[in-house]
This record gives sequence, C-alpha cells and structure tokens, in this order.
Amino acid sequence: MIAYIIRRLLYAIPILIGVNVITFTLFFVVNSPDDMARVHLGVKRVTPEAIRKWKEERGYDKALLYNGAAAGAQAFTDTIFYEKSVKLFAFEFGRSDQGRDIGYDIGNRMWASLAIALPVFLLGLAAYLTFALLMAFFRATYVDFWGVVACVMMMSISGLFYIIGGQYLVGKLLNLVPISGYDGGANALKFLVLPVIIGVVSGIGASTRWYRTIFLEEISKDYVRTARAKGLSELRVLFRHVLANAMIPILTGVVVVIPLLFMGSLVTEAFFGIPGLGSYTIDAINSQDFAVVRAMVFLGSVLYIVGLIVTDISYTWVDPRVRFE
Amino acid sequence: MPSPVLRVVLIAAALAAGCSGAPWNDPYPHTEASRNILYTSFSERPKHLDPVQSYSENEYVLIANIYQPPLQYHYLKRPYALVPFAAAEMPRALLYDAKDRRLPDNADAKEVAYSDYVIRIRPGILYQPHPALAQDARGRYVYHDLKPGDLDGVHAVGDFKQAGTRELAAADYVHQIKRLAHPRLHSPVMQLMGEYIVGLKALAQELAEAEKAAARAGRRGGLLDLTRFELAGAQVVDRYTYRVRVRGKYPQFVYWLAMPFFAPVPPESDRFYAQPGMEERNISLDWFPVGTGPYMLTVNDPNRQMVLERNPHYKGEVYPAEGEPGDAEAGLLKDAGHPLPFIDKVMFALEKEQIPYWNKFLQGYYDASGIASDTFDQAVQFSGQGDVTLSEDMQARGIRLQTSVATTTFYLGFNMLDPVVGGTGERARKLRHAISIAIDQEEMISIFRNGRGIAAQGPIPPGIFGYREGKEGINPYVYDWADSAPRRKPVEAAKKLLAEAGYPNGRDAKTGEPLLVNLDTTGTGPDAKSRLDWYAKQFEKIGVQLAVRATDWNRFQDKLRKGNVQLYFLGWNADYPDPENFLFLLHGAQSKVRTAGENASNYENPEFDRLFERMKNMANGPERQALIDRMVEITRRDAPWVWSLFPMDYTLHHAWVKNRKPNTMANNGLKYQRIDPALRTRMRREWNQPVLWPVALGGALIVLSLVPAVVTFRRRERQTARVS
Amino acid sequence: MPFKIVILWTDALIYLLVVVVLLLAWHVRRHEHLAAPWRKVARSPGGLAAAALLALFVVIGLADSVHYRPSVAVKDGKTVYAVEVLSLLDAIAAPLRARKEKTYSAPLATRLFAKETIELPGGGQARDYPRLKHGGAHLEQPEEQWASDIARRALWGAAAGVVLWLVLAILLCALLARRAGADVDEIWRAIWRGETEVPWRAVLVTLAVVLVAGMPLLALAAKYHVFGTDKVGQDVFYQSLKSIRTGLVIGTLTTLVMLPFALLLGVMAGYFKGWVDDAIQYLYTTLSSIPGVLLIAAAVLMMQVYIETHPELFDTVTARADLRLLFLCVILGITSWTGLARLLRGEALKLREMEYIQAAHAFGVSHWRILTRHILPNVMHIVLIAVVMDFSGLVLAEAVLSYVGVGVDPSTISFGTMINSARLEMARDPMVWWSLAAAFCFMLLMVLSANLFADAVRDAFDPRIRTARPFRLAAQKA
Repeated sequence: MIAYIIRRLLYAIPILIGVNVITFTLFFVVNSPDDMARVHLGVKRVTPEAIRKWKEERGYDKALLYNGAAAGAQAFTDTIFYEKSVKLFAFEFGRSDQGRDIGYDIGNRMWASLAIALPVFLLGLAAYLTFALLMAFFRATYVDFWGVVACVMMMSISGLFYIIGGQYLVGKLLNLVPISGYDGGANALKFLVLPVIIGVVSGIGASTRWYRTIFLEEISKDYVRTARAKGLSELRVLFRHVLANAMIPILTGVVVVIPLLFMGSLVTEAFFGIPGLGSYTIDAINSQDFAVVRAMVFLGSVLYIVGLIVTDISYTWVDPRVRFE
Repeated sequence: MPSPVLRVVLIAAALAAGCSGAPWNDPYPHTEASRNILYTSFSERPKHLDPVQSYSENEYVLIANIYQPPLQYHYLKRPYALVPFAAAEMPRALLYDAKDRRLPDNADAKEVAYSDYVIRIRPGILYQPHPALAQDARGRYVYHDLKPGDLDGVHAVGDFKQAGTRELAAADYVHQIKRLAHPRLHSPVMQLMGEYIVGLKALAQELAEAEKAAARAGRRGGLLDLTRFELAGAQVVDRYTYRVRVRGKYPQFVYWLAMPFFAPVPPESDRFYAQPGMEERNISLDWFPVGTGPYMLTVNDPNRQMVLERNPHYKGEVYPAEGEPGDAEAGLLKDAGHPLPFIDKVMFALEKEQIPYWNKFLQGYYDASGIASDTFDQAVQFSGQGDVTLSEDMQARGIRLQTSVATTTFYLGFNMLDPVVGGTGERARKLRHAISIAIDQEEMISIFRNGRGIAAQGPIPPGIFGYREGKEGINPYVYDWADSAPRRKPVEAAKKLLAEAGYPNGRDAKTGEPLLVNLDTTGTGPDAKSRLDWYAKQFEKIGVQLAVRATDWNRFQDKLRKGNVQLYFLGWNADYPDPENFLFLLHGAQSKVRTAGENASNYENPEFDRLFERMKNMANGPERQALIDRMVEITRRDAPWVWSLFPMDYTLHHAWVKNRKPNTMANNGLKYQRIDPALRTRMRREWNQPVLWPVALGGALIVLSLVPAVVTFRRRERQTARVS
Repeated sequence: MPFKIVILWTDALIYLLVVVVLLLAWHVRRHEHLAAPWRKVARSPGGLAAAALLALFVVIGLADSVHYRPSVAVKDGKTVYAVEVLSLLDAIAAPLRARKEKTYSAPLATRLFAKETIELPGGGQARDYPRLKHGGAHLEQPEEQWASDIARRALWGAAAGVVLWLVLAILLCALLARRAGADVDEIWRAIWRGETEVPWRAVLVTLAVVLVAGMPLLALAAKYHVFGTDKVGQDVFYQSLKSIRTGLVIGTLTTLVMLPFALLLGVMAGYFKGWVDDAIQYLYTTLSSIPGVLLIAAAVLMMQVYIETHPELFDTVTARADLRLLFLCVILGITSWTGLARLLRGEALKLREMEYIQAAHAFGVSHWRILTRHILPNVMHIVLIAVVMDFSGLVLAEAVLSYVGVGVDPSTISFGTMINSARLEMARDPMVWWSLAAAFCFMLLMVLSANLFADAVRDAFDPRIRTARPFRLAAQKA
C-alpha cells in the first residue's frame, strides 16, 4: 500500500514537469516578457528603459527555454523556465510579478474558497444522494418521472442564470441576505448562504440524475432481490445495501474533486465578491501575472494528482476486496 | 435532510435572532450601522500605493487622501484652481538666465535658463502614527534595527505594537524628489522630470551605479540610502523651506506639485521598509503608505476591502467658503469654516460585478457611486440640455446627482502613416472628414453615456484654457451653426466628401472594390459588443465597411507602437488642467512609431509643431489663446482624430451624503464630505425589510408535493410485507 | 453572378459532418444490427419529440452556415463583391437584420425604452418616448391600436400554424397509409391512440406546439421586435436565431475535432498496453490535470496573437471571427478528449482479452486490422453516447467562457455574448430583461432537447454505460 502510494507520487513528477512545460509554453507564446512589463508598469509614460529594468529585476531578461550563450548544463539552467519552475517542486511559489508573496496570498485566500466550496460539496452530496435515493425508491411513479424531468430541466440551464436569478430573487426582492461581499470569522455566514445555496441548486440536475442511474443499476442486481426476499424493508435495502454497493462509482466521481475544492470557483467568486483562489486566478490571467498563473496551475495539478491517489485508496475503504500491490 | 429553502429560513432566523431590528441583508457588522463611516467601493486592486510609482486614478482615490503634496486643487471652484495644501502660500517661479541673473516674470522663454520654485510649508504638520516613526524614551527608533525573530507573526504594519509621529519637514519633500530617480522604483514620470529637474538624471545615474556596486558586493535589495546623495535641483533651505530648480521656463510645473509624485515621504520609512524580512512579508511603502494627509490606510486587503481612517494628527484645514456659482444653492457651502475631515472612516469594498454593485447601492449599502462605473451610467438619464432625470424610484429614495465637466477626452484616431486614411493629401483628408461627419457622436453620447458628455469640437475640453464656446468654437468641417447650436452636417455631405475622396458610394472609383476600414480596439467588457456594433452602423451610413479587430490591451499597444493600425480608440485623462497637456498628444515629437511617445496617430504638421513649442511655456493670455486657436484650426482641418466626446463627470449619492462634488483633477475629496448616519440607518431599515412569504410558500409547496409520495411509500411498504 | 459563395472553415467542417452523418445513416440502414438500437430511439416518445425540436435548430443552424458575399457593382466586366459575409439565414431574416432602432425597446414595443428630447413639429421641445422607426410603425395611433393589432396578428399566426400543422399531419398520415397499405383515417386514429410503432403522436404534438407558438412569433416579427431590441437597436430575436449556429458549432465540431485523437489514443493505449499505454496515459493525465479554464484562456490568447500577426489570411471580419470559433472548438476538444480516451482505453483493455481477438491474433491478423475491424466497431456505442452527452455541456461551457472573456470573438453573436452584455442591462433602472430572457429561453430549449435526445440514445444503445461526469460539468457551470 505504502509502496503503491510512493510509486504513484514518483509518477507524479514527470506529469508536473509536463504541466509546467505546457503552461510555460502557452503563456510565453502569448506574452513576451516585454508585454508583461508593460502591463505591470501601467498605461501612461512607459519607457523602454523601465521595461528593461523591470525584466532584469524579476529575472525575465534571460532566454526562455534554452540559453545558447551559456555553456554546458547552464544552457538549460540559466533560463527563465528553469529558474522559475524548479522551486515550485518545493512548494516555494516565490513572489508574484507584482512583488507579493504568492504562498502567503494563497494561504490567505484558500479559506475563503474553502468556505464556499466545502459546504457546497458536502450539502450538495447529501442532497443529491438523498434526492437520488428518493427517486430510486419511488421509481416508476410520478415522483421519479417528474424528478427526472426536473433534473433535465435544471441541468439545461446555464450556471450563470442560477447566479443572476438567485441574486435577484433572494438578495434584491426578498432582502434576506447580502447580495455580495465577504467577511472573516462568524460574520462570513450571512455572505455564504446565498452562494452555497446557488452552488447546491445548480448542481442538482446533473448530479441527482447521475446518482439515480447508479442506484437503479444496483437495484436491479440479485443481492437486492435477495435482501427483499429476506423481508428487509425497502428503505433499509436502499440505505444500507444499495448505497454501500454504489460507493465505488460514486467515489470515482467524488473523491477526485475534494482536493480541488481549494481552488475555488471562478464565476461564483467573481459574482459574490469572495476573495478566494478562483478570483485570484482570474485576476492573474487578466493582469498577466505569470508567476501567479504558474503557481495556480501547479497547485491545481498537484491537487488533481492527490485526488487520483486518494480515490484509489478510498476504494480499499469501501471495498475490502480491493488490494494494491 | 432539510430542503435548501428550509435552510434559508433556519439560517435567516438564526441571523435575525442575533441582530434584532437590523436588516438581514446588511453586509456590514451591525455594530457599525450608526457610526460615522462612509461606504464606497473599488473594482480593481491598486497596483501601487507608493507615491513615486502610482499613476492611475484608482490608486489616487486612496493615496490622494493619505499624502499631502504642497498644493491641491480647490474642491469647488471651476475652472480648476490650485491652492496651497501643505505649503504656506502659492510658490512663485523665480526666473534666471544662463549667467544666474534674475529675470522678470514675463521674460521670454528663450532667455530663461532655469526657474526656481521656493516652497515654504506650514509648520506643525504631523505624520500619521506609524511604526517607522516610533521612538523610545531616548529618541532612538524602535523598529529600525530589527533582529531576525522580531518579525514573527507580523504581516501588516498594524501588527507592530508601537507607533510614533513627527513633524513634517521640508527635507521629506526633497527626499521624495530623489526617490523619483530610485533605480528600483521605476517612477513613470522619471523620464519627463529628468528633462526638467536639474541634476535628476545625474542622480539616477549615480544611484544606478551605487546599486550595481552593492549587488557586486553581494547586497541585493536592501536600503539604498538616498540621504547620502545630493540632488542639485532640490535643496533644503531651512526646516520648513525647500527649493526646486527646473530647466527653462516650465509654468506647468506647479500642477505637478499638486500630484502625489511630489508628496513628502520620510526617509525613516525607507529605512524601516528596507529591513530584511519586510519585503518577504509584503510590508512595503507600496502597500502601507506613510503620509501626513487627513486619512491613513489601516486595512489593506485588496481582495476584500481597503479602509481609510482619520489621521488623528491632522488639523488646520477648514471647509472652503467659496465655490463656483450654483454651489451655494446646491448646499455645498453650508459647512464653510468647519474643520476637516468630517468622516471618521471610509470603507472601500471590492465589487467586481455590476449587478450586485448596483443593487447594493440601491439598498443603501454604498453611500455613493465609485469612480468610473458603467453601472451608474446606465441609471442616470441626461437630456441634451444637461438637465438630469433620475428614475422615479431613485427620486423617491432621495438619491442625488452632481455633475461636473471632466478633463478627459475620448477620440477615434486615424493612423496618419496609413496609406488609405493617413497622409496629408487632399483625398485622405476628405475621407477623414467624411468619416468624422458620419460618426454621430451625439447619438453615441445618448446611447452609451445617457447624454453624459459633450460632443468634441476639437482637442481641448471645456474648462481648460483655450477652449472656445459658441459659434466660433465649432468645428466647421463637421458642424454647421444653426439655431444658435452646432448641428452635425447631414450624411449627404459626408457622402459627397467620400465621393470627392475617390470612393463614391463607399467603393473605390478605380477598382470598384468596396472601401474597408479597420478599427483596432481592446474589446473587453460587457459593453464592448454593442459599442463595436454601433460603430459599424455609423460607417454603414456612408456605405463604408468597418472591420473591427478586437484584441487584448498588450497587442493593441504593440500595434500602435508599430503603426500597424488604421483607426483606433483611445482616451486621455489630463495630468493637469492646461492646454499643453492635450495638444502634446498631437505633437510630432511625441509620435508613437518614431519616439514611443503619446501621439498615437503619428500626426506631424510642421506648423503645428512650431506653434506648440511657442505655446507650451507661455502664460495664459490673449497671445496664447491666438496661438491655440490657430493650432486647433490646423488639427480640425487635418483631422488626425475624429473628435469624439468630452465625458461629463457625475456622482450619484444618497440623501445622507453631503458636500459631494465630482472633481477629476483632485481625488482628495473625501475630507470634505459629510454623512448623516442616523438618516442612513433609518432609510436602510425602511428599504430592506425582509420578505418571507415566498419562502414560506415555497416550503409549503414542497411539503404538499411530498404528501402523495409519502402515502405511496406507506402503501408500498405494507404491500411488500403482504406479498412476502 | 449576383453573389459569391464563401466557405468558412466551420462551414466546411459542418458540411463534412453532415456528409458523414448521411453516410453513416445510409450504412446503418443497410445493417440490421446497427439499425436496431436506432429503431429503439425512434420508439421513445421523448427522444423523438426532442429530435424533432433539435432538427428545427439544426435547420436554422444549417441555413446560417451557407455563406455568401453579395455583389455590389460590376466594373469593367468584373463583379465586385461586398466585404460583408451574409448567410442564407440573414437573407431569409433580412427584415429582422435590417430594421435597426436607435437603442433599447421592449418586446413588441412601439416606442423606445428611454425618454428623449423630441423636436415638436410646431417648434419647441418635449421629453417623451419616441416612436420606433420600425417596430409597430404601421400603427397610426399606437396607444389605441396596439393591443388589438397584436392580438389579431398573434391569432392569425396561430391559425396559420394550425392550418400548417393540419397539412403536415395529413401528409404524414397519407405517407404512412401508403406504406402500410392502410386507410388514412385508420392511421390517424392509430396515431392518436398511440398504437403506431414509432410514436408519431409525440412528433405531431411537438410539431403542434412549435407551430402554434412559433407562427404567431413570425407573424408578429414581421411588424414588431418580438424580443425587443438591444442597446444599439438590433433585433434580439434575430440575435437569438444567430446564436443557434454558434451553439451548434461548438457542440458538434468540438467532438468532431477531438474524436480522432480520443479514438486513436484511447484504443491504442488499451490495446497495445506497455509503453504506448504509459505514454498515452502520461499525456492525458498531464492535460487533464491542468485547470481547464487556464488552458483555454492561454490558448485563446495565443490564437489572437496568431490572428493579429497574420491579418493577410483573413479577407473579411467574418473569417477572423470564424477562425477564432474554430480554434475555440479545437481547444475545448483538447481539454475534453481525455475523458473519452480514458473510457475507450478501459473498454479496449477488456476487449483485447476476448476470445475472438485472441483468436485473430493467433491467425496472425495485423494489429491495424484487429483495431479497425474488431475493436473499433465494438466501442462505437461508447463514442456515440459520449458525443451526444457532451453536446449540451459544451453549449453551456461556451456561455461561461464568453462570460469570463475567453470565449468567441466579440463580433460573433452567441448565447455567451448575449448573456455577457445582459450583465449591464440587468443593472439598469428600470431593468432591461429581454436579452437575458431570450437567451435563456433559446438556450434552455436547445440544451433541453439535446439532453432528452441524448438520454434516448443512451438508453437505446447501452443502458448500463455511464458517461456523464457530473462534477466536471458542475465545475464548469459554477
């Protein structure tokens, strides 16, 4: 088991290098260091001299991937790519191109992202599973039929409409909660209500339908019939047996997103003015802060890989038959 | 599992129990409701707060209230007038010739070798409390010699236990002027000021050398002690007096003295912030300013909010007693003579999205519109005559509106190097005039700015010296004077000009090919598409095809630099209210392609350039007016720009905000404003009564719809039992 | 010639797609085992109704994919063509396109949305809502005539819809009757009793709803702006129609572009195993671990740079915008092929252990032949299901991307750009809601019918397979 995890972690290294190369290439095809300097130095009265100094200070005056002028291994190490990428592997994100400490900013903003993403995830999972079980329970009745219709309707609506509509209805017409904003500590509660509800509601359609399919598939299996034949009540069958047996497909879809909850969500955070990592990323793209973009991509990839590994491990928890060599 | 709706009820009930009486949707802690706090917003994180680096309006909104340059703009008077701020009186330029002989004030610019500005500041001005100035009993600075462990747990300036102050000295102003040349700070005005301030370029050179030497010695970063260097052009005369020496005659220099570039910065702060570990913790002057102004920045969290609080040591300034005509009627003079500032704390909240922003304003959670927001444009209707109509709902809420002429111009430039639209030939000029007529600025103003602007007749906006009103002020190539108002020439005139230019019906007379004009722009924002569609519609009127090439800002800049555009859209915010600051945008020496200057049209007219050189350093008067008239006429005839519009500034605010008047030149208006928190609390409560019945109804519906399901469930349970 | 046909990149691919679909249909018809599941799709009432609705969208989209440049003049025997590229839809809806107002007007309005200063005929000025140039311009006394005129037109439209529907229904019956050799009347009754094998009743009901709702719309659109006008006075109904093509292109071409990669790499990884598998797995793990939006943003910006540096390649604005659209499809394809590839790899891993494949190996059949003749046909149902399921997700993703600012070109009309500009309109006072509402309705109809159709396809082809990845979709939406 431990050997398996270690092997998977080692396997992650080439992937992360690949991710770095891709981000790096994409970003520098688009933005020359000159462009970046110009964006950061402002609009009025920018001189070539200032651009040169800006690049020099932040180490963008070197060759991108291969330094023909340097000798030996230096040809690869004395480049922007090497200088900027190696430290990432030690989770040293360095300073953003605006001069801020990225690690500190990420640490700060992570909690706001999590404050939205975690409740959405947990409440959502509970709600979707409940709805799906209910629909499975009432299969072939009007509840199931209209439930599916409602799900398909709901998943056909763009997420943007949920946000705009929710803000309009709850925030403006009903005056129940603040429309947007954020605060630390317990005060955060009133700001979280609306985005969390919208987050949960916007996911109902797709997720409920998906879990329903899984449950229906399980229900058609023999052990369910046996359980029923033994005289177990339908509810007990559903919640004890079907749910437990449906865990593997559920885990496959669910566990991998848990680490990514840290990354926040782009549109929700922008709409509700929540200072999380999602808005951090969008700001970085818009202001062409390569250091931040690179750090966020790296972080995202790491979390994704962690998610994959955790998924594998979680199989052993729900199904003792799964073993790793 | 409670349904989502039920959850709202539960949480809302819990909230309501916690803060009885207060509206549920109040985004601020309810304890703050009745305090003397102004709530406003910002939409973009400021890049720089260091006064030598900061050069954009969204940063000035903050630091103009923190720093205290020698001069400031009068809050109420229009046209804009400078008054002393930290200075004791307005400085006067003393002119000298090359042999150091004093010249009379009206001396010809050619004879003047340099001008001296002697600035005397008021004694007794104190800095805001700040750890960089904290001293112990023996007068030693507490935090100037930090040990490695001292910064543990410190993430902001507020985390230091002690703070101190000291009196403002003339040396602080001189120090700041030296900071313009700091090699690591990249002041955007360094190049420009280097041309004027004596010895600044040499200082920059010297400092760069010192920096390199330090780097060679293994000391990268760290303090570059400016007090060890001398700047010939900026000298301390005595504790309260300093002298700035600029080359030649430069009457516009006083305007610069009202900008944060010339605000005081104590050398202690440089020493404080340069200590090891500070930068790693994001503690720098760029993040935590040290000023003498009416407010100080106490919370700097650009992800969420910025908070300005009253500087406890600020005193000695009172509300102005006079303004422009109409100010008294608008109630702007009621507070004359009261000490400033009125408001204890100003909270800027981050608001990126328009919908929540606008709704929170209507709910009373923002006291006034922020700077430059599209949303507020939408809400306010202006008629052509300048009278304003707010919607009935807004009038009922007591929302007020103030307008003012801005010192900004928007223009649609032609690239004069382009073979089709550029050049000084007769054909190209007629083409440009035809396009100028076709683009109906009046419609643009009414659709996109709700009448909030004036169609431009030339490069100089109203309120700036050189602007001419009425009949002689119109652009005769685009407008006729009819019924005592300028009237745009009819589209037929444009078509005729187009035919004369060789494109009858928008097609090349020789080849028959349709004429295609490219407009380069930065197409972002929700409004971009409509705007581009509108431009295409204008060109359609004369049968010309407009191809819009939307791109990002970098690419757009790049194309301008390479002269790779035909038409482009730009605007200019004046640095100071002087015609020179507008006309230089057309000066040949500023050509973007040739010299990377600000003349993006690459317009070059020898006569214009010659006149510009003469006009530049002249004092306002009939002679200057004549020169400007001539220059404006040249540009109108050559039409390097489609003179688009001068926007009108406005502010929208609630009834409880007093003394608010838009002022584009100065951003330090916070200290004049006053609020009535009691009224605000009342109105907020009135407007934000929670509406619960839809929630209850929704909950009831869900419960009802589940009843048959439960019945079925029961029946089936029993059935199963029976069958088995 | 009065016009010159212009074939844009996306047009060409759409034509290709149509040809492929037709060929496949022909192929399927001739093979009973392939046709059987499709017959099952045809027997599901929901699926068939959705297909009918979707077909309407496809027709509109196809009409909008035939582009041409009208001629403007003849000079020295040479025809000169306009720079503007129009489509067949533009030609059909020419009145909608051409009738521009000055600025906002509400749905079916006769006056502008905002007050303006109007010069009175006898001199002097007044502030009022000015009449529209086109919307309801035929009314002399709009205040009195408006309601009756609307009602009259709507009724006429509905009546026309009913008549049209009757004609179509009778035609269908006649056709079925001829084929079955039965009486028209019998068939008619069989349809309504739901006794036909193919649930024609569902189709006819859908058709009835579409016609009775759609014809009044068209009747009103002749004289009014049914969905109002936008900020610069363009008809919102027309924009909604134009958005359909963008949505369809994104939804279909993306899969078309990514399909070869996903198929080839996924099947190869599963079939060959060993280092090929490792390399392909490495590739897709790397790609899928990069946050999608970042990848798309960077790639779209890159595309812009390319377009900017090669202006000579694009003779028209439409061509530029089109290339960006295509590129968006490509990059969306790159971010979404990994999921399908993973599924196919799993399936191929299973299949290669099957006896008949082992037998083929033993007989020395080449890898290529095994792949194309034995493996590929056996994974096609997965591909089909993935394609139809992805469609709606992609249409929704476009809206979010355009909203974030990395979507289609600003000059392309799409649901995303419509929602994006509606941001400001929602904040107006009084609110301008119709652009958003129109985008919402059209998008909902399109995505809903796609989802229902996809469901039917999935049920017919493989009730067990699960291809929905709800969390990815949810993440894209939020």
